[in-house]
Amino acid sequence: MSAYSVTEPSRLSKSVAALLVVGYAVITLLPLLWILSTGFKSGPDSISYPPKVLFEPSLEGYVNLFTTRTRIGAEQFAALPPPETWYDKIVRQSGTVIAGPSRFGERFMNSVIIGFGSTFLSIFLGTLAAYAFSRFRVPLKDDLLFFILSTRMMPPIAVAIPIYLMYRELGLSDTHLGMILLYTAVNISLAVWLLKGFIDEIPREYEEAALIDGYTRFQAFRKVVLPQAATGIASTAIFCLIFAWNEYAFAVLLTSGNAQTAPPFIPTIIGVGGQDWPAVAAGATLFLLPVMIFTILLRKHLLRGITFGAVRK
Amino acid sequence: MAEVGLHGVGMSYGATQALQDVSMTIPDGAFVVLLGPTGAGKTTTLRLIAGLERPEHGDITIDGQSVLRDTPAQRDVAMVFQQYSLYPHLSVRDNLAFPLRSPMLRLPEAEIAARVQAVARSLRIEHKLNNKATALSGGEMQRVSIGRALVRQPRIYLMDEPLSSLDAKLRADLRVELKRIHADLGATFLYVTHDQIEAMTMATHVGVLDQGRLVQFGTPREIYEDPVSTYVASRLGQPRITLLPAGSFGPGAPAAAAQMGLRPEHIVIGEGQSATVRRVERLGDQTRLHLAFGPHEIVTLTDPHTPLAAGESIAIRPQNPLWFDAHGNRI
Ligand SMILES: Nc1ncnc2c1ncn2[C@@H]1O[C@H](COP(=O)(O)OP(=O)(O)OP(=O)(O)O)[C@@H](O)[C@H]1O
Ligand SMILES: [Mg+2]
Repeated sequence: MSAYSVTEPSRLSKSVAALLVVGYAVITLLPLLWILSTGFKSGPDSISYPPKVLFEPSLEGYVNLFTTRTRIGAEQFAALPPPETWYDKIVRQSGTVIAGPSRFGERFMNSVIIGFGSTFLSIFLGTLAAYAFSRFRVPLKDDLLFFILSTRMMPPIAVAIPIYLMYRELGLSDTHLGMILLYTAVNISLAVWLLKGFIDEIPREYEEAALIDGYTRFQAFRKVVLPQAATGIASTAIFCLIFAWNEYAFAVLLTSGNAQTAPPFIPTIIGVGGQDWPAVAAGATLFLLPVMIFTILLRKHLLRGITFGAVRK
Repeated sequence: MAEVGLHGVGMSYGATQALQDVSMTIPDGAFVVLLGPTGAGKTTTLRLIAGLERPEHGDITIDGQSVLRDTPAQRDVAMVFQQYSLYPHLSVRDNLAFPLRSPMLRLPEAEIAARVQAVARSLRIEHKLNNKATALSGGEMQRVSIGRALVRQPRIYLMDEPLSSLDAKLRADLRVELKRIHADLGATFLYVTHDQIEAMTMATHVGVLDQGRLVQFGTPREIYEDPVSTYVASRLGQPRITLLPAGSFGPGAPAAAAQMGLRPEHIVIGEGQSATVRRVERLGDQTRLHLAFGPHEIVTLTDPHTPLAAGESIAIRPQNPLWFDAHGNRI
């Protein structure tokens, strides 16, 4: 006979819960699986009807994503030397040759720089501000906090035109710095509020103990508060990254070349040489990965929760 | 090695007056115990000396120098918090090493390891050094917390009920250990406790706080034998002092006396007026008698092996009781 526990759910309710979760996961993951598989289909397979679930995998989509290709005359084509690389070979199958790399790599790197840059800046400033609001006597604290929150109440795109004009004047249009500042400005209110909640929960006694143990306030912040705020920092960082990574409207408006991110770029793939669904799907798949990897890396912190155990209440 | 002075210190939290015009001088090397009921301002006093709070009035000096502008680190004090706050993200070992790794000290790691080991041994927590700070019992946390104060040698030790959640044997052992450290280091201690034995055996001086005011400061014997008020008299003594109307045993009270205070040693059993035994509490090393004396109850001590039982009558007589006036002040 197994022991009966008051806090652990019973085996039956656990399996029912598991079933529900798995069912829900399958439903939500199906479109993602479809994108993933389309990325590995050949052009004809991707638009065949009825849709193919089983197909011969091909890297055509990925090769098309990263290259630009040209169609050349038949005798010219026949005169070409044999393909040197595996991707040359794939391209030749559709009667084209590689003209050069596509812009996707650059755009993707722009997304990475702007997304992670603005996330870092939001968290860095947000943590310091949240700590100050949580611990110090700040004049007009409540009003300031409300002001910070209020910047979030208007849909950011409502100020698109002024920002567009301002950025043009300041020379920030289509620059990495400009986009990082913009996304940071949008995210910082969320960051301050979320992080303040987490830091409020960390008892002051820890910092006081560190002050007495011979540390300065800033050192106490770094050695005692930061490790305990890790959970809050991780989850806030994920929120910030998701916003900056997915943002489309400002990216369309303010970037065109130099600093264009992946979201406005991916739709333009369709136009290149007919409707290249596998390439679009490949781009979408790669675009999904960073946020997913980031979340998985920080999962430990998200799940761990905050430890209050060592303070007697 | 430090003399601590509080000079007319006042401090409030919002509307709560936590301390009011407190002045005392804690001599270099003294072991001062602060007594007072909950909310009297004991923790606040320690926090002011540590530099975690700023007084609204008055001055705080260490070795004659005002320290109001110094940070806690500059004051070179160690504190055991009432809510022992171990760093939850660190192991016990790292918790103990934390003060030694501070930028003020910068000790070599080998010396840190040796000191941590030595303190852990004296507090009997060697076997828990690798535990996470959260994976400890209450008493173990309390000992780690004491250990964090003992690893370095500050000028002043501030301890807020450091032994409160230990079992009786461990408490007795650590009492001796702390006293030994006090004697060896000659450091100044300020110690909060509700425990009479700790107060009487460890203290060189006792300060009694009443709602934020320091009402008496003296040696443990002075506080016990020569209290200035009924309030101070009630702080020490087990069983507590019995307070009766001045004339309860007939004439003989001083003119202004309103109350007489009777500790067990002020009650002679076997002669005088009759009282009825209500209850006999056998505590092992002592036996307490609860007596009905007219409308009053008196608690006193008797021989541990007394044959007395509830319902019996005995004779009692006061001997050199303490006299208090209508305001509870000593006459
Ligand atoms: N952070 C605070 N905010 C508001 N009031 C406080 C705060 N800390 C203490 N007080 C008040 O100040 C007074 C003195 O508190 P203090 O903590 O010094 O008492 P104490 O003597 O240590 O009591 P205990 O034996 O319960 O620990 C109390 O009335 C308490 O309610
Ligand atoms: Mg207290």
